[in-house]
Amino acid sequence: MGYIIDGLMEAIHLIVSLDPDVMEITVLSLVVSLTATCTATAIALPTGAAVKFTDFRGKKVLINLIQTLYSLPTVIVGLLVFLLITRHGPLGFSGILFTPQAMILAQTILILPIMIGLTISALSGVDETITDTIVSLGATRLQFLTSIVREARFAIFAAVVVGFGRAISEVGAAILIGGNIAHRTRVLTTAISLNTSQWEIGTSIALGIILLVIALVVNTGVTLFQQR
Amino acid sequence: MKKSILILLAVVMVAAAIAAGCTGSPSGEATPTQTTTVPAETQTTASAETQTLLIATTTSLYDTGLLDALKAPFEKEYNAKVDIISAGTGTALGYGENGDVDVMMVHDRVREDAFLANGHGIDRRVIAYNYFVIVGPESDPAGIKGMTPEEAFTTIREKGLADPEKVKFVSRGDNSGTHAKEKVIWTTDGFNYTTDITNSGDWYIEAGTGMGATLVIADEKSAYTLSDIGTYLAYKDKITLVPLVDKGDILLNVYSVMRINPDKHPGVNSSLAKDWINYLISPSTQKAIEEFGVAQYGEPLFFPAAGNWEVMGVNQSEVEDPVV
Repeated sequence: MGYIIDGLMEAIHLIVSLDPDVMEITVLSLVVSLTATCTATAIALPTGAAVKFTDFRGKKVLINLIQTLYSLPTVIVGLLVFLLITRHGPLGFSGILFTPQAMILAQTILILPIMIGLTISALSGVDETITDTIVSLGATRLQFLTSIVREARFAIFAAVVVGFGRAISEVGAAILIGGNIAHRTRVLTTAISLNTSQWEIGTSIALGIILLVIALVVNTGVTLFQQR
Repeated sequence: MKKSILILLAVVMVAAAIAAGCTGSPSGEATPTQTTTVPAETQTTASAETQTLLIATTTSLYDTGLLDALKAPFEKEYNAKVDIISAGTGTALGYGENGDVDVMMVHDRVREDAFLANGHGIDRRVIAYNYFVIVGPESDPAGIKGMTPEEAFTTIREKGLADPEKVKFVSRGDNSGTHAKEKVIWTTDGFNYTTDITNSGDWYIEAGTGMGATLVIADEKSAYTLSDIGTYLAYKDKITLVPLVDKGDILLNVYSVMRINPDKHPGVNSSLAKDWINYLISPSTQKAIEEFGVAQYGEPLFFPAAGNWEVMGVNQSEVEDPVV
């Protein structure tokens, strides 16, 4: 049991003293996952709206497929992106394997399905009387879309948070694509994995606490936003 | 018509977003091949001309802390940034074959020879050696203490088959250099690795992970395992396993460095790779390898290659000749 107490004490010390390594890992984690979330949002919003408000053959199948991909395994995304960007792969010329950019790409792909799917649900949740009113007031297509998005903003925001949560907590793609390089591609999850295998329990606990706090802060923020 | 405009809009936004994601991230277009900027948080010491060297290394050189210790002086001297990916020798060789790294540091002569013969790697130099040890619980339930490595393995298997609750062996199981050495010992004992070992029973546990993690698993399970002495010493205080067999020619463990052939993989940073190899075989680095960890662990983790080519059974040129 002693090692848990020792680990906790060390973890608290690492956090309170703003240990440079721990801070660096935390910052990189946030930068990578926030960028991935922003990118995915920019793709998921218009895509979700396009799917929701247009009729085409196979729409049901597509939505089904998107929902199936909610549980897209992280290592599969890692493998897929690895095969694409390894130097002899189709995108190998970019030379981005083992860089934060590649991790952003992988996390974006990872969270796209769930964000598109939740965007569709969010837009579907808007009361039909509201959509009818907007149309009857003679809104242009763009005005219509912005109004609907504004109506659905809480649900869309929740989708963004879910995406961010999935991005920052995944380890499979981060380790395959980033390579867990110190000071370069080491993020919270891969660092916890490495430190635990090296029996550096204190560091692992510290990083784990930070990861939890990030989740907590984000979710509290959402709750406050939705209660407004 | 409106539908197509909407889809077009979506496509444009996708493209814009991807572009933004790729350029707006913390570090510049950082490939191993070109001059790069480093992530903002470490930018204080780096100038614009800093080059990056990407090394794939066997876990033992990383888990012991040796590479971190060696890279700092090199980074300073060559105004370079050394990025290290710690993976088993098998994984490292895979990265090398794809040209995804600039340099490989591995310890499996047989597969290194094949790698060189296929033209993927060039300029192999031997940098250090040490010995593998068979470690296990202090109670030594299979009674292997003092045996030869070959006898010890046969005994562990026999006792493990008889009573897998008491006698277990944890294998790296990850195609690493240590895993390769383990297979050599089983084969020397006359076993077929697939049928007689991996599929023979619960006594044999395949961890599929690095050396440090494997030691931790073996410790949790009170099992035997094969480890390089360096990683074992680095983990000694964290686990209760003790070395039981550490003598025998078969336990020799030779570490090499080689660079990826730029003719075959044009993107690699070959000149910095050359500098790295020459830095490793230089007298001062060899001395640093010899002294590494002695103060902390009371004995050396690695022996320098310099002057020891006969012990390792390699050519003198492979130890001493600078890469030109």
